Amino acid sequence: MGKTLAEKIWEDHLVTSKAGEPDLLYIDLHLIHEVTSPQAFDGLRLANRKVRRPDQTIATEDHNVPTVDINMPIADPVSKLQVDTLRKNCQEFGIRLHSLGDIDQGIVHVVGPQLGLTQPGATIVCGDSHTSTHGAFGALAFGIGTSEVEHVLATQTLPLARPKTMAINVTGELKPGVTSKDIILAIIAKIGTGGGQGYILEYRGEAIKKLSMEARMTICNMSIEAGARAGLIAADEVTFGYLKSRPHAPQGADWDAAISYWKSLVTDADAKFDQEVTIDASSLEPFVTWGTNPGQGLPLNSNVPNPNDFANEEEKIAAQRALDYMGLTAGTPLKSIKIDTVFLGSCTNGRIEDLRSAAEILNGKKIAPSLRMLVVPGSVKVRQQAITEGLDKIFLNAGAEWREAGCSMCLGMNPDQLSVGERSASTSNRNFEGRQGKGGRTHLVSPLVAAATALKGTLSAPSDL
Amino acid sequence: MEKFNSHTGTAVPLRRSNVDTDQIIPAVYLKRVTKSGFEDGLFAAWRNDPEFVLNQKQYTGATILVAGSDFGTGSSREHAVWALQNYGFKVVLSSRFADIFRGNSLKQGLLTVILPQIEIEKIWEQIEKEPTTKITVDLNQQKVSYQSGAANNEISFEIDSYTKWRLLEGLDDIGLTLQKESQISNFEGKRPVFKPKTLPIKS
Ligand code: SF4
Repeated sequence: MGKTLAEKIWEDHLVTSKAGEPDLLYIDLHLIHEVTSPQAFDGLRLANRKVRRPDQTIATEDHNVPTVDINMPIADPVSKLQVDTLRKNCQEFGIRLHSLGDIDQGIVHVVGPQLGLTQPGATIVCGDSHTSTHGAFGALAFGIGTSEVEHVLATQTLPLARPKTMAINVTGELKPGVTSKDIILAIIAKIGTGGGQGYILEYRGEAIKKLSMEARMTICNMSIEAGARAGLIAADEVTFGYLKSRPHAPQGADWDAAISYWKSLVTDADAKFDQEVTIDASSLEPFVTWGTNPGQGLPLNSNVPNPNDFANEEEKIAAQRALDYMGLTAGTPLKSIKIDTVFLGSCTNGRIEDLRSAAEILNGKKIAPSLRMLVVPGSVKVRQQAITEGLDKIFLNAGAEWREAGCSMCLGMNPDQLSVGERSASTSNRNFEGRQGKGGRTHLVSPLVAAATALKGTLSAPSDL
Repeated sequence: MEKFNSHTGTAVPLRRSNVDTDQIIPAVYLKRVTKSGFEDGLFAAWRNDPEFVLNQKQYTGATILVAGSDFGTGSSREHAVWALQNYGFKVVLSSRFADIFRGNSLKQGLLTVILPQIEIEKIWEQIEKEPTTKITVDLNQQKVSYQSGAANNEISFEIDSYTKWRLLEGLDDIGLTLQKESQISNFEGKRPVFKPKTLPIKS
């Protein structure tokens, strides 16, 4: 019987495999940031161990760096301590680090692909659950805990049980104004936030084939929001085109060898998935979340649901709780919901295409006077590219704030936070209670919806303008 | 992780049951960026009290904690184990431990030994009467022993053979993987050259 893409990558990385023991998997690339690495480095120090492969490890400062006044010392002492510790650790263990102010600094999941380090068929880990982003290149990429970070630093391997596989077939063609963010929000609403648990998801089908690399990253990024540790998309010409000529992409004969290997990394026609789900892209509308988990989403044209309409008791309770927290009343049209803050950024939608598509809508117009809009590029390179294209001017002229690169309001670890009761339309990935600041209310949206909402002041699609 | 064969030291009686990990180390102490230095936070809420047993002179330098039942319940924070180890404890004796805490402790090389409550009470009496009493915890023999007056007390305990082997050999998860070092090197030897490399820096 044939093999799935996930199985092929898994098997190509087996160091040992024995019954009664977890498989020992080799890790090609280890990404590091300031929040989840300090104890791992300290563990190495205590045990007198080294980093086995500094040449397969890279660090960047992203989670709690400020997005204004970056040449000033970091004001928050805890953030400063974590950033300083990362710098010290990278120095001591010989790890490449991109610090605040460096041209390659940015969100770890934006930086890896941009440098060409994220490659098809690689195993990639990071102490961050959105490592699934890198799966868009046909890489097996997943988030790990701090003890595992230490394990990978010391051994470049991880003992793991093999997950099951799930195919997500996305058929048909997207309508204009509908994006890959809407695809993934619709998938999560369909299979639920636990639907992918224990699985590696493989997104396939014509709608996926037609997406750009950046749009594919948005989908894989949110695999974790469906409960899956990893999601992937087979590499194809789009992937190769994106990679070619990136700084760390293979060159010359190595490139040819790589391509011929990468082309073999597709699910065989007779392979069997443990589960399959199909979704029709042509039926999708712009999506928005109304609740406090990413599975609580609906097409923008709908009304806030009534908890009593949920058949399942648990969902009913969750919906009621979400409405209370979000300050929403059942039956309210989603499009009438007033927004205080629009956040364009994060590892989900903080890449150049995301900024371009939002800028196109904002071009020559002004955002609603009642709201603020934060534009936070995913990396310094994205920021510079945007400036080259004049997008910064469009955002600034529209009345938005144009910030430095980082995670920013995606998780509010730095000062970019919502206040109690403040409502955001956010292109990030998590709408949990308090995620963007204590008491803050988050609606997850695509960059197009974010931009249209910024202009109208209420949740809107570009077609409403 | 250090090999654990047998340990002899003095002991502290902690006559409390249901000591949860928030009491072992409160959340405000979790902001550190190290695995060391957590000794200050150990039992922080109680340490201000001069009467608290850890503050009593006669127990200075003790390496064995003799705790009440259900020790280590609550949050799964690994910091609780680090705090006990940082303070200098090598062994905790109790009649019952919370699962996650016990799992964490045995992974990090802090030996948690389950003894019947009646034996715990006897040890409490002995070390309260004579704080200099030396207690030996022999993992290999699976025995706890100490003198009380002329009597030599010996109590056996249970431990699963896999954990015992790991502790005797001093193998944490990383140590176990490093036993396969030659296989890892072999694997690395066969990796294609086009695989991503972060160094030298290209930008
Ligand atoms: S942007 Fe948000 S989701 Fe992405 S790495 Fe940063 S905090 Fe995590």
